[in-house]
Amino acid sequence: MKDNDVMVCRCSDVSLKELRELIKEGYHTFEEIKRITRIGMGSCQGKTCGNIVLRELSMATGKNINELNMQSNRPPVVGVKLSLIAEEADRDEL
Amino acid sequence: MKTTDIAIVGGGPAGLCAAISAASSGARVSIIERNNSLGGQLNKQTHMFFGSEKQYAATRGIDITGILLNEIKKYEDRVEIINSTNVVGLYEDQIITLMENESKYYKMKPEAIIVATGAYEKFLSFSNNDLPGIYGAGAVQTLMNIYGVKPGKRVLMVGAGNIGLIVSYQLMQAGVKVVAIIDAAPKIGGYLVHASKVRRMGIPIYTSHTVKEAIGSSELEKAVIWQVDGNFQPIPNTETIFDVDVMCISVGLSPLNELLSMAGCEMKYVSFLSGFVPYRYSNYETTISNIFTAGDSCGIEEASSAMVEGYLAGLHAAEKIGKRHPSFEERVQDYTSQLNNLRSGPEGRHILSGINQIERRRDYA
Repeated sequence: MKDNDVMVCRCSDVSLKELRELIKEGYHTFEEIKRITRIGMGSCQGKTCGNIVLRELSMATGKNINELNMQSNRPPVVGVKLSLIAEEADRDEL
Repeated sequence: MKTTDIAIVGGGPAGLCAAISAASSGARVSIIERNNSLGGQLNKQTHMFFGSEKQYAATRGIDITGILLNEIKKYEDRVEIINSTNVVGLYEDQIITLMENESKYYKMKPEAIIVATGAYEKFLSFSNNDLPGIYGAGAVQTLMNIYGVKPGKRVLMVGAGNIGLIVSYQLMQAGVKVVAIIDAAPKIGGYLVHASKVRRMGIPIYTSHTVKEAIGSSELEKAVIWQVDGNFQPIPNTETIFDVDVMCISVGLSPLNELLSMAGCEMKYVSFLSGFVPYRYSNYETTISNIFTAGDSCGIEEASSAMVEGYLAGLHAAEKIGKRHPSFEERVQDYTSQLNNLRSGPEGRHILSGINQIERRRDYA
């Protein structure tokens, strides 16, 4: 399997090769890998890559997935235009 | 700020049943659904359901939506339906933020929230897995069964669970050729009755096989599979190549848990429930007071059990905010025994052992 053809994150174009290299360098949590690659931060918010990243981490570290932390989830779960938030903030002040 | 008694996030089988229960208890209910109509995955199920009569066995999924909506109509004075709206945030103080039609963003303060967001599809890693023509089974069902659009001409189905088998059958019904169904597991995961049906139509099922790579310049042209050993490691020189323009990935679902996790609910990975799920009490309340959950978002199971969990969560959420159903005890007992019946098989034992890992007991001391 040519790892660089294997897409782990379709939102931010992160390949299995890049992911495995980072894990080899010692990045062993989803959050660290997210900060370096933007994995999990795209429009799907980790729904494509999340399970694959955790499985790779589990294989590399020998830890069971239930010993690993899932990614942090924060609002908003889909993109929201700033203008819409500003409109609601104006309404809220009334 | 907009208020309601109970906000239900997700208008699928669990959410609709939760709405019926909560409204029949006397609560004001707002059902928030991101699609433009209610029903969720039920609307894509053109096949008849199994299970028992109480969960509409022998009725097609798509017709169950209608039955549930008719039931909801009885309480239309207190049920608000908010379609085409995403819940984009769930905060610790139980305020939710909503985006309607990508054109309006606003806040809502419910007394209680039931998260019934369902599931999302798992993806696979193989070479060229981002080529156009590679779909999730849910997308194929949406295209065919909701929009009446064929996804392509020749399909390789990846996954021999119930969804893979049923979608293969639906593809053949729509006149699309399914060249093969493969599964990495050594045996077929779905019901034998579904597997027999597709085998009778001449579709080969390759167990202990996985995808090696997808081939194509701008879209999928060929799919290469190979055999795996008992440890799921591929065996060289066992490749088979199929000419296909569609690969349909049906390798399981994960609980759609992001709202629960962002609200701060304690979560745990439970393999029997197919992913990270919130700890919860027997009344379907999470570790955050007045946030409840039901259906696939708290563990992947089936629509039948999602409906019963929804009924239970609706009763309990209403009870929590002081709207106790006149026959609360009897109903809870009835639904609980329905769930136990649904979970009496071998699959159900896995589910029960999964639930056992996340169900918290109240300490009344």
